[in-house]
Amino acid sequence: MKKGHYGPYGGQYIAETLMTPLRELEAAYEEAKADPAFQAEFREILRDYVGRESPLTFARRLTERLGGARIVLKREDLNHTGAHKVNNTIGQALLARRMGKKRLIAETGAGMHGVATATVAALFGMPCEVYMGATDVARQAPNVARMKMLGATVHPIEEGGATLKDAMNEAIRDWIANCDDTFYVIGTVAGPHPYPAMVRDFQSVIGTEARRQMLEKFGKLPDQAIACVGGGSNAIGLFAGFLDDPGVRLVGVEAGGKGIATGEHAASICGGRPGVLHGSKTYLLQTDDGQILDTYSVSAGLDYPGVGPEHAYLADTGRAEYVPVDDAEAVAAFDALCRYEGIIPALESSHAVAEAIKRAPHLPGDAILLVNLSGRGDKDMDNVLAWKAANPPVPAL
Amino acid sequence: MNRIQNCFSRTRAAGRPAFVAYLTMGFPSLAASEKAADTLLSSGADILELGVPFSDPVADGAVIRAAAYAALAQGVKLADVLALAARLRAKHPDAPLVVFSYYNVLYAHGLERFADEAAAAGVDAVLVVDLPLEERDELLAVLRPRGLTFVPLVAPTTSVERAAASAKGLEDSFLYVITVKGTTGARAELPPELKDRLATLRAAVDVPIAAGFGVSTREQAAMIGEVADGFVVGSALVKALEKDGTLHAEDLRYY
Ligand SMILES: Cc1ncc(COP(=O)(O)O)c(C=O)c1O
Repeated sequence: MKKGHYGPYGGQYIAETLMTPLRELEAAYEEAKADPAFQAEFREILRDYVGRESPLTFARRLTERLGGARIVLKREDLNHTGAHKVNNTIGQALLARRMGKKRLIAETGAGMHGVATATVAALFGMPCEVYMGATDVARQAPNVARMKMLGATVHPIEEGGATLKDAMNEAIRDWIANCDDTFYVIGTVAGPHPYPAMVRDFQSVIGTEARRQMLEKFGKLPDQAIACVGGGSNAIGLFAGFLDDPGVRLVGVEAGGKGIATGEHAASICGGRPGVLHGSKTYLLQTDDGQILDTYSVSAGLDYPGVGPEHAYLADTGRAEYVPVDDAEAVAAFDALCRYEGIIPALESSHAVAEAIKRAPHLPGDAILLVNLSGRGDKDMDNVLAWKAANPPVPAL
Repeated sequence: MNRIQNCFSRTRAAGRPAFVAYLTMGFPSLAASEKAADTLLSSGADILELGVPFSDPVADGAVIRAAAYAALAQGVKLADVLALAARLRAKHPDAPLVVFSYYNVLYAHGLERFADEAAAAGVDAVLVVDLPLEERDELLAVLRPRGLTFVPLVAPTTSVERAAASAKGLEDSFLYVITVKGTTGARAELPPELKDRLATLRAAVDVPIAAGFGVSTREQAAMIGEVADGFVVGSALVKALEKDGTLHAEDLRYY
């Protein structure tokens, strides 16, 4: 495969101004990747600051209630800052420092990546500016407050649907103008090469740990590994541990919003077709004329019209399958995890839990569904309450 | 020689830089764009860049973005831009016409279909903001057999070697030199190092060079003209259309 490409996907479809900075980034990353000192520092921060490794939790009561496959949770929600996002921001901040960059910028949807970037900016003493769609600023207010508390500046973006895509547009514009001293910390496996590969590497700690933990705790690999897919970083991080285990089914769960048929969703693979946005060729939600659509999901972190190019490739080759879960199913799974396990999950992660809830009853009791619990749900309280007030009640499990 | 080569030999013979004009097609309306384009080509502009509106114009500043959104709100499509190009071609047989787009719009249309239709409309070249050297072969493969050329971009971050590589094989086109690190939009001041940079690039490549992004005054155009083969005015023209949808004599005086 051509470097930076995943079959026909990936690449560097970006403004010429950024091509030289991308070359520099690629070279710096290759060097860092091969440098034991860099890797050691990365692992040390993950251990002493993030609190890795994150545990596997057997969801006993949920499993008993469903009466089928065992559901096991990879607890990325227990990471410092409350999501998997911090694995990646630490890696990128270390690289930024190594490259002598003075300033961090980021886009964010749910705000978890913004918080994780603001956090590492504070940790490394760098100024940080975060672009966030105005719609998301309103629906993820607790995270906006956290970012500000951590010393970051948050820029609300009013253009387009005022969500993650629009925030990313503006972050790219900032980067074009300030590429000399600024490091753009992309929060998912999207963007031009080398971002999809680099972010995957930083997130692969999820899958590497989970594989070992599965063998230690359960003496076997999971039958299925399930994760939600916005841009796809927590999913690719989990999948990375099992790509070479053909017996492990890989399941990516996209945001079905109000249902694929309504057009109001954010399921790029299930409902889109290949195109070019934000530096990569990949599946996109777009009109017949190639205009990018505004997406919809109850969960801000999944509300993005594209998906990382490696997922596009895994979908085409059939190595991973991608399915939609709609808002109501995600909210029902959110409730279920709260009530049966005492865990309040992020709405994003609730999509993955919902898929496990659908599948478990159809599988034998010795099967294991490993679900990536990518984040915690404190940020989503208002959101869930507002959604429930505006929609018919979801059936309790 | 194609229209672009003829154009630069004409302007060189006249001892002046080529005036390359950019307009977002469909802003404030398709009819207004057509009239403005006609005005430009009749009164001094040498090359026209027909901007295709896109929902996510990451390389554009506020003025061109707003124009693109306004055009999209009216439902302007690539097919409309190509139809407009065909009408301009009928009136201005010698003027180089460049389709200026983001890649996804062309890709979604179908690259071969786009190239067929652009060639039939009398378009000369295609410029794609997000299609660098590394990715352009896919498009060149459909443009070249149809006699269309491609306009490569060079940024302030681009090395001279890379600029030369970008220009290679496109000797029937011109090199678009981006003056500033940033998005499109008028700048009060262009970077002080621009003149030297243009002189270096011009010496390094075998194609005409035109500089754009931020050019909005006659003085800036003249400065660029001393060391380049052309200058590009975009946001300033689009901005002028914000007033009453028409270009007036004072909007056209760049040399
Ligand atoms: C908790 C959580 N999970 C998942 C996502 C989706 O991102 P990705 O698909 O890159 O993992 C987000 C994004 O904000 C998130 O906050």
